[in-house]
Amino acid sequence: MIRPISKNALLLALVAIICVGLLSVLQQLTAPRIAEQRLASKMAILQDVLPAAAEQQLLDDCIAVHAPEWLGRAGPQSIFRWREQGDIAAYVVETTAPDGYSGAIELMVAIAPDGTVLAARTLQHQETPGLGDKIELRKSDWMLSFNDQAVTESTLSRWAVQKDGGQFDQFTGATITPRAVVRAVKKAALFIQKHPELANQPANCEGI
Amino acid sequence: MTQAYKELAAQGLWKNNPGLVQLLGLCPLLAVTNTVTNALGLGIATLLVLLGSNLVVSAIRNWVPNEIRIPIFVMIIASFVTAIQLLMNAFTYQLYLALGIFIPLIVTNCAIIGRAEAFASKNPLLPSAIDALMMGLGFALVLLALGAMRELLGQGTLFDGADALLGEWATVLRIEVFSLDHYFLLALLPPGAFIGMGLLIAGKNAIDHRQQQRQQTDKAEITRARVTGTIT
Repeated sequence: MIRPISKNALLLALVAIICVGLLSVLQQLTAPRIAEQRLASKMAILQDVLPAAAEQQLLDDCIAVHAPEWLGRAGPQSIFRWREQGDIAAYVVETTAPDGYSGAIELMVAIAPDGTVLAARTLQHQETPGLGDKIELRKSDWMLSFNDQAVTESTLSRWAVQKDGGQFDQFTGATITPRAVVRAVKKAALFIQKHPELANQPANCEGI
Repeated sequence: MTQAYKELAAQGLWKNNPGLVQLLGLCPLLAVTNTVTNALGLGIATLLVLLGSNLVVSAIRNWVPNEIRIPIFVMIIASFVTAIQLLMNAFTYQLYLALGIFIPLIVTNCAIIGRAEAFASKNPLLPSAIDALMMGLGFALVLLALGAMRELLGQGTLFDGADALLGEWATVLRIEVFSLDHYFLLALLPPGAFIGMGLLIAGKNAIDHRQQQRQQTDKAEITRARVTGTIT
């Protein structure tokens, strides 16, 4: 009785070891290529929101910030800094709209130190195809309406969708998605405006 | 021998089609078929996993004890899925993002373990490979048909975003059949998938039914011919 059981157990273990072994070899082989792909897609978006920036410098000068109140995610998020002649010309902030229609919406926003939004793009979302997915630049140019919009005391009330008395279009049949995105971009801009000390933090983005 | 392969092809593509007849793997089938591109991507991925798992299962079929065959099959399938996932992540990153959770979910596609158990564990390498190819192709064709139907009705295009799967050149594949101001949501959302799937199954059954009827009338005519033959 014991013999066939232990024999089968050993065989199962052997198969598991072979499978794991082969997969770890494959993972080792594909890891550099995967990292490259991730970096390339991140670079493409960075270039998109902040065309003036030389990418490598932007990627190196990056700080990890933990601000769930403002940036919507429990874990740390990266903020890339772009300097011109030593002074910060713009931040590129990764932010999250936690209250999308179906889950969190990941965004990338370029913001000047005074809180002016230069450009914003959607990184990842699961919004309804055909309604909420107009936040993709591929589907609609709605994201361009954030270009060069300042967040100041006087404009604060205009940072909402039109239904709520603001200046941003909502989509027919989908108000929750643009509302969540507008709020997330506004919060990110306010966060930058209120924290000028971000400029002097040492870069510490490794491993995010 | 070729007769047997023809039968395998007929089983996989039509008579015992995993999507339309066995109704296996419905979760990914219904979830990702909102565009032809996604359908094609998942179809190819499933086909590769099926081919790999059938080949390995068939190759080791004489060494696997009956009692632990299922866990071993599951491990083999999971390994292939992980391998495909890593490769897609490395080489077709955009599609990897688009298909997302449905690549790991290929593991739960019962069509794959079903073929391993029902066919590959009892047959030599070559028939197993052909069975996998035909079943995978049958599944992919259903995916494509449903994807084309939903994309056409939903957004009036075909092959939208094909460049994510096939590279830059594939943007020329995109066909805009008619342009819609608003997407027809029913086709794009899961209810549209269920309705489309129902229509496909109904269509297949109608064709089968008609064929059966024709065969019956053919038979009847043949018997009558034979009767007259004996009289003269």
